[in-house]
Amino acid sequence: MTFAVVVFPGSNCDHDAYHAAKHVLGQDARFVWHKETTLGDADVVILPGGFSHGDYLRTGAIARFSPVMAAVADFAAAGRPVLGVCNGFQILLECGLLPGAMLRNRDLKFHCEFVGVRVERTDTPFTLLCQQGQVLQLPIAHGEGNYYAPPEVVAELEAAGRVVFRYAAADGSIVDSANPNGSLNSIAGICSEGRNVVGLMPHPERAVEAMVGSADGLVLFESVVKSLASMGSHHAVAR
Amino acid sequence: MKARVFVTLKPSVFDPQGHTIVEALHSLGYGNVADVRQGKFFEIDLNVTERAAAEKLAADVADRVLANPVIESFRIELPEAGGNR
Repeated sequence: MTFAVVVFPGSNCDHDAYHAAKHVLGQDARFVWHKETTLGDADVVILPGGFSHGDYLRTGAIARFSPVMAAVADFAAAGRPVLGVCNGFQILLECGLLPGAMLRNRDLKFHCEFVGVRVERTDTPFTLLCQQGQVLQLPIAHGEGNYYAPPEVVAELEAAGRVVFRYAAADGSIVDSANPNGSLNSIAGICSEGRNVVGLMPHPERAVEAMVGSADGLVLFESVVKSLASMGSHHAVAR
Repeated sequence: MKARVFVTLKPSVFDPQGHTIVEALHSLGYGNVADVRQGKFFEIDLNVTERAAAEKLAADVADRVLANPVIESFRIELPEAGGNR
């Protein structure tokens, strides 16, 4: 199946996502420049991390207006899998495919470190091979990952089981000391109402081989491959 | 006509930058500074001469792009009527 990795000016995790899909998983992968208006034969779309448009105005605020985003919105509306990582998550928030917004980290510091990320839900295409409550060790690298949404929206996300990932201690406990940025309810990632659009601040694509410190992120990519295969994707069957 | 747009975090949203600034001011001895909220300021040059149209255009731009309505609110200032700015 084909992974489409959208490239914005300032994306810097596009090659990591491509590498994870193409070289680690052995799937087809290709880059899609943000000025393109179609996603071609993509089976899954990844909005990668980075600093699209230099984070001018707000993180993700300008990327939202890139021509390719209309195609991404259509792809998402058709129920097909979209993963936004870090800046990709910020873009999903800015364009309204996911609710909420990012504030500066509460300590104003850019955090670049491994954190514990607890999987809250396995009923998304990107987590179906995870164990509920499993704690993944994933790197974060952001200055604005302090997830905020109005209280009623957070309540709605919690009630609908749309909080997919939470920052957690190694033993899985949700404690303030394991929350690197001040996110409400320790939210590290959420999904859309249809569960096919997932956004998270940690970087699974930077943790797909043990030699770089963790391979815990690979399961997200394996999950979406499995999800597409079981949905009978024409590409998956053929390949 | 030039419009000025002020974008600030909503009162209900914690402002880590404003909080840090007020703490710095307190440590400098400015105990009478009760709070600081940091925001953004935009000057927009509009090819519009009619006041109501300028206000509408500036509000549209502020609402769609300059501010994120989830966390921010905005205020628009236009030149005084009869002024020559």
